[in-house]
Amino acid sequence: MSTATFPEETRARLEVDAKEIIGRYPRQRSALLPLLHLVQSEEGFVSAKGIAFCADQLGLTTAEVTAVATFYTMYKRRPTGDFHVGVCTNTLCAVMGGDEIFAALKDHLGVGNDETTEDGRVSLEHIECNAACDFAPVVMVNWEFFDNQTPESAKRLVDDLRLGRDVAPTRGPDRLCTWKEASRVLAGFSDGRGAEGTQAGEPSLTGLRLARERGWTAPDPDRLPVGDDPEGGAA
Amino acid sequence: MSTGTTLTPVLSDNWDRPESFTLEGYRATGGYGALRTALGMEPDALVDLVKASGLRGRGGAGFPTGMKWGFLPKDNPNPRYLVVNADESEPGTCKDIPLLLANPHALVEGVAIASYAIRSSQAFIYVRGEVLHVIRRVRHAVEEAYAAGLLGKDVLGSGFDLDVVVHAGAGAYICGEETALLDSLEGYRGQPRLKPPFPAVAGLYASPTVVNNVESIASVPSIVANGAEWFTAMGTEKSAGFGFFSLSGHVTRPGQYEAPLGITLRELLDMAGGIRAGHRLKFWTPGGSSTPIFTDEHLDTPLDFESVGAAGSMLGTRALQIFDETTCVVRAAGRWIQFYAHESCGKCTPCREGNFWMVQVLDRIEHGEGTEADLDKLLDICDNLLGRSFCALGDGAASPVMSSIKYFRQEYIDHVERGGCPFDHAKSTVWGGTA
Repeated sequence: MSTATFPEETRARLEVDAKEIIGRYPRQRSALLPLLHLVQSEEGFVSAKGIAFCADQLGLTTAEVTAVATFYTMYKRRPTGDFHVGVCTNTLCAVMGGDEIFAALKDHLGVGNDETTEDGRVSLEHIECNAACDFAPVVMVNWEFFDNQTPESAKRLVDDLRLGRDVAPTRGPDRLCTWKEASRVLAGFSDGRGAEGTQAGEPSLTGLRLARERGWTAPDPDRLPVGDDPEGGAA
Repeated sequence: MSTGTTLTPVLSDNWDRPESFTLEGYRATGGYGALRTALGMEPDALVDLVKASGLRGRGGAGFPTGMKWGFLPKDNPNPRYLVVNADESEPGTCKDIPLLLANPHALVEGVAIASYAIRSSQAFIYVRGEVLHVIRRVRHAVEEAYAAGLLGKDVLGSGFDLDVVVHAGAGAYICGEETALLDSLEGYRGQPRLKPPFPAVAGLYASPTVVNNVESIASVPSIVANGAEWFTAMGTEKSAGFGFFSLSGHVTRPGQYEAPLGITLRELLDMAGGIRAGHRLKFWTPGGSSTPIFTDEHLDTPLDFESVGAAGSMLGTRALQIFDETTCVVRAAGRWIQFYAHESCGKCTPCREGNFWMVQVLDRIEHGEGTEADLDKLLDICDNLLGRSFCALGDGAASPVMSSIKYFRQEYIDHVERGGCPFDHAKSTVWGGTA
């Protein structure tokens, strides 16, 4: 079993964060998922050192922590690139072009699924439904939305990421943060960017715009239709 | 057949207004007025109000929300918890995420009202981890609410205390199942629990717990503000109120359509500009991949719990994934089963093994290496899956396979007889669809 631990300075710094996380919950074990995000924010993946740290903070064995860390796909077991690119290949996105995007990126980057480019910039993975089906096909970078992609736009996107250009998600903050920074937000530490970016993409507004155009609204509570049998007998 | 149904924007009504996601923006349209009203009522009266509204869970199962609240035992000395399920992951489902991005305070206000109603002073919002900006937005809204005295100690001077924690998941579809979510929130692998006991009796930390979907809780302030009769003036007798209908896939204008339950796909397609130009409807899911597919036979089926059930599927999350005639149904079902196989938590053998083997069988059929006997094999596996796992993931996996064989058996056989897939997948893509 590994006895690997973080250097003392790192450990002292992370312990302050860990105490804050643990303090949010009525029972300390509930802090395990955020703690795993925290150690991932330090190293870019969940290492043996990270697992030992979490176990130590919560009074668990490393086996208990490992059992949890390996269950959840967002915790990576190997170093991950600065930018994790996830291409949705669940049925809807795959049919709409997600399969073509994923194939194009594998070819363009010269990596397979769950692999990282040699420069350590970009990791590629096919992902499951990310709850943005009305924006299909969808690509996520560090879990920010890049909506309505094509193979060409996705290739440009990864080129920009590798060249270090600023990239803005379709629905997200003004600028993409790194994988480690994203993990820290997931651990529950604000980066102060919650108010940045759009509030609704175009498909989110489609129904509302039509309702405005046609004057459709929910009923006026002060002028409800009267005479309806509440038991539904008249229907 | 319902005709002339119109849209009823409630939760989406402020999405086109400036800064709708901020406290100031939300208050500009009356936000948090319902919380003030609620705090002036007896908690039990709120439970009765939600019962009278007929609100049913918007996360897929459709269980009456007020009844769920009423199940908490009165004599249990443990703390009570409210847990919001924001783990939106069912393929096709994409309503809670835009709601949280544009209008997170509707949820926060709902959390405060619901917690007061069930006498809980600790709530959790469990958001799936893969939506970073949504997590920021929800936390931003919670912080604003704390700063304004809408959460925390002595909410609005009422003497009611409430703490709310926004908790990020870590990538597991199964955690959308309420008991798996609770295990995950307790810091374990997200595996479903055997019920009973139900969460109302032994939920989070074995204490009385209510688990509700985002849209259910976010609908509560409007019910408190406008009354149960306002809510029942929309929808059908047994499926009251409004809900998001999320259209995706081969439609001209995909997106969110907030409408009374009981609207039909024909009406929704009419609003969405129809199937994309030059194509026709082939099949669709009424409520996500776990609900059996429908075809053009079901264009006029009212999308309410009862009617969809009577037609052989489930209303689910009203996630209408729409596929035109360019789409291979074997490929679609096969890809969904790959998803279920990947996401099975492994606890129950029928789900873990059944999905593993269905992936192999569907793969060989899709690539022209199957036989007609494989269809019986698939149905046999489904028979061993359905109703034989702890949670609905197992049942859900049987849906796409059984329903696609029911409606498109010949298409499976075509793959066998032609020795491969008869479809050109390039034609189903967004850019390949021009006829």
